[in-house]
Amino acid sequence: MSLALAVALPFLAALLLFALPNRARNLTATVAGAATLLTLALLAVNLPAVLAGQVVSIDWAWLPFAGADFGFRADGLALVFALLVAAIGALVILYARYYLAVEDPIARFYAFFLTFMGAMLGLVLAGNLLLLAVFWELTSLASFLLIGYWQHRADARQGARMALLVTGAGGLCLLGGVLLLGSMAGSFDLDVVLASGAQIRAHPAYLPMLVLVLLGAFTKSAQFPLHFWLPHAMAAPTPVSAYLHSATMVKAGVFLLARLHPAIAGTDAWFYLVTGTGLATLLVGAWTAVWQHDLKGLLAWSTISHLGLITLLLGLDTPLASVAAVFHILNHATFKASLFMAAGIIDHECGTRDMRRINGLWKYMPVTTVLAIVAAAAMAGVPLLNGFLSKEMFFAETLQISSHPFMRLAVPIIATLAAGFSVAYSVRFIHDVFWNGKPHDLPRNPHEPPFWMMVPAGLLALLCLLVGVLPSTTVGALLAVAAGPVVGGPLPEYSLAIWHGLNLPLLMSALALAAGAAFYFSLQRIDRLHEHVHLPRGAKEVFDALLGAVLGGARFFTLKVVNGHLHRYLTFAVLATFVAVGLPWLGRGGFVPDVDAALPAPLAIVLWLLGCSGALGALVWHRQRFVATLFVGLTGLVVSLVFALLSAPDVALTQLLVEVASVLLAMLSLHFLPKLSPPEPGFARRAADAAIAGITGCGIGALAYAVLVRPPDASIAPWFLANAIPGAAGQNAVNVIIVDFRGLDTLGEVAVLGIAALLVALLLAQVTGAQAPSRRTADGGGGGDDSGAPATGDPRPLMLETVGPVLLPLAAVLAIWFFIRGHNDPGGGFIGGLTLALGMLVPFIGRGIDWVESRVRLQLQRWIGVGLAFATLSGIASFVVGHPFLTSHYFEGELPLLGKSSLASAMFFDLGVFVAVAGATLLALTTIGRMERR
Amino acid sequence: MALLYASGIGLLTAAGIWLMLRTRSFDAVLGLTLLSYAVNLFVFAMGRLHVAAAPLLRDPSLEPALANYADPLPQALVLTAIVISFGMTAVLLALAVRSRIDSGDDHVDGDAP
Repeated sequence: MSLALAVALPFLAALLLFALPNRARNLTATVAGAATLLTLALLAVNLPAVLAGQVVSIDWAWLPFAGADFGFRADGLALVFALLVAAIGALVILYARYYLAVEDPIARFYAFFLTFMGAMLGLVLAGNLLLLAVFWELTSLASFLLIGYWQHRADARQGARMALLVTGAGGLCLLGGVLLLGSMAGSFDLDVVLASGAQIRAHPAYLPMLVLVLLGAFTKSAQFPLHFWLPHAMAAPTPVSAYLHSATMVKAGVFLLARLHPAIAGTDAWFYLVTGTGLATLLVGAWTAVWQHDLKGLLAWSTISHLGLITLLLGLDTPLASVAAVFHILNHATFKASLFMAAGIIDHECGTRDMRRINGLWKYMPVTTVLAIVAAAAMAGVPLLNGFLSKEMFFAETLQISSHPFMRLAVPIIATLAAGFSVAYSVRFIHDVFWNGKPHDLPRNPHEPPFWMMVPAGLLALLCLLVGVLPSTTVGALLAVAAGPVVGGPLPEYSLAIWHGLNLPLLMSALALAAGAAFYFSLQRIDRLHEHVHLPRGAKEVFDALLGAVLGGARFFTLKVVNGHLHRYLTFAVLATFVAVGLPWLGRGGFVPDVDAALPAPLAIVLWLLGCSGALGALVWHRQRFVATLFVGLTGLVVSLVFALLSAPDVALTQLLVEVASVLLAMLSLHFLPKLSPPEPGFARRAADAAIAGITGCGIGALAYAVLVRPPDASIAPWFLANAIPGAAGQNAVNVIIVDFRGLDTLGEVAVLGIAALLVALLLAQVTGAQAPSRRTADGGGGGDDSGAPATGDPRPLMLETVGPVLLPLAAVLAIWFFIRGHNDPGGGFIGGLTLALGMLVPFIGRGIDWVESRVRLQLQRWIGVGLAFATLSGIASFVVGHPFLTSHYFEGELPLLGKSSLASAMFFDLGVFVAVAGATLLALTTIGRMERR
Repeated sequence: MALLYASGIGLLTAAGIWLMLRTRSFDAVLGLTLLSYAVNLFVFAMGRLHVAAAPLLRDPSLEPALANYADPLPQALVLTAIVISFGMTAVLLALAVRSRIDSGDDHVDGDAP
């Protein structure tokens, strides 16, 4: 439990920090520091158990069907890493309090920082591969925020974006690798995965999995050639760099390699990929670091080089190399954090990080000088400091390669060479900054920083010294317990001593120290190092070119496709549908001949002729809009008759009513639109459209035919038929499906209709009378004329005016009758609602909208709301009797006048539908009419 | 019968798509209406064509199975689809009117190219 709390605490503190004001510098630092120390304590509680060899874990089911548990797990490696993350985090928080300027939003800084720390802790403590991948992405996101903290600086924004793209892409690779890995091991649980190494290595998909996981690890730990984002990430505030480069972010990459080592290492592919990458990174990083004039640039490239060293060690794949790797992870974290803090102090006090300008600083800041010397000497691998010990082990291991002839020779030589460069840049860091003449043209007067700014760097430097002098007493136990899970078996024999006698590794160390120092001084004296401008080229240019190509491609595609012309979108949509429907047909057999070869009934032929002539009429006379509308209406009526003939009375009634409403609506809107469509120029385009329409029509027709001549597949329909009466007490199976079995769908559909009606009202409500074109001059740029029958000034239709008062009650009765019988006979809420709406429309047409509205306030918007609320409430009522939403209940009894009825609770639902549909339909119809009045 | 029904769907689809590709908003709405007839008939056809077999379970002696009744499921789907397409037509017409009022033109792209 303490593990879960330790991960959660930084996130909670981050939330709190977001709420704090930026001017409360001490308060925010205290909150952040206290949260981190508490986290550290929560982690340390588990230390005794872990030191005793136990694995502490806690698990909650998260997505059981996907094999993803939400659980944390602390073995030696995870706990030591987590302690490192929290401890260095605490020191950086203290340091940042003094580093950040007054104008920097400090609360935001700490909030981002703690988010990042929480993500990193979750990553190292995750007990499940999927959870690990989630936290992995979270570290990428949080580091993006931290690197881009100085939002006003372009280099910060670009560096943050680059880091996010590279590590985010790596994270996607890792996710793929993790999914493969989990399927190979049969579980995403880390314990299972770590125990199934043999099974994983023997799996045919081992190599793709390995490459994906390594891509994830290498992008994160800035391995060559994916290293280029790290130097750009130093645009972050220096405390962030100190953290990213020491205990977190880049270390997440090598942590992953160490974590999965027992499961995926141990093959030639692993050896060549990991060792080779590490070797290249080690050399490129060390060489480039020597030439950096920027203090942080030197340190950034040195980080790349040291991560290459750790990767190389893990690639060597011997137990002792794994121990050395873990040891160097810890050592590098201490001295690199300390060095970045020193660099930050220098930057802070001098106003620049350019080593060509800051020289001779030891006179101005002697304490900082001492701290920096200790840490830099540890980085160079000078005896009596921690860096020496792990580097010694590293040299010894490079000499142990036995089976790969080329690597056997190359690795020790390149390792010594890179160590020499490492000494050279370390010496440069000391000599160039603190000696080598006098400072010139500094923006500020250098002096010692505030005391508390030196404390974190001092503590870390002290640690370097302590570990270097008394290795086995200080870190012996921690190292053993942390290295155990990486080795994956019994620990090898090793002794953490300074003196192992005169041997080859010691000779390599001595050679590197001497040659490295000589190399630096000769560069400085003879070659005039300060005049060299060595800008590493290649990777970043490729990255920028790729990014540019992607963005340019997207822009080109977008401009070509989304060009603002509906015609093009619809063409794409139609063609895409055609292709999607047509593709599965390729390679299929031909048509089965019509099963009922008998001639269709004469009535069917008549209907076919009528319906098709309606569609063709609309096509031919489409420019004369009234005529076209009537033709479309004719087709709609035929469609409703087709439904009636083909055993669908409910559908037929609905279609009929909707048809009437649609035609009325179209007629009403024609008052505000040109009555004529202007002739379209371009025969070619119309012909192309005709081709698209023709081929699509043929395709859909053929598809429909192919379905109709085949016997139906097994369907869920029989269930609805069989359960309509026993389950819902309704004889009308269609209505039962709508109001009962699929009631939730219906609720959604009625809501859509209500929203549509409200949208119509909103769209047209804001139009004022002045804006609305007069009906008599309803001719804009469209080129139409007013050949349609003008309505204004017409006497009100006598028939409607006379019949209206009689028709309305009749329509209302009919609507209610439709509604009540709906459960057993054709009818129901939809049909009833539509009938009522159309009946109520009669007085609007007969008497005019003013006449109606002066007598009754309808407030149709409320009808929609009330109807929906009623339908929803009737569904919620099921909860009261302990059933799921919208479960139906019913009772039977005698109703006056209507005879024996079975009253189902679904009827209340249907009543909601009835009211909402009536309101929505009438609202849509009357809104356009209302416009005329203004 | 199948040929008649299927060819009708094809013709309505073709006419609907051609009208939908016109440049004036009202024509496009009419096209969409025709297309939605075709789609509704198509969905309806998934339950196959039955004459005089409405899914009204009045006769208790008749077994409630697909052999005796038309498939109620496509009917329920089409019924709601008809109502929804009315809502869509209403919105499109309102948009067409509003666009005409705002831009003075009834071209589907807001203004003539």
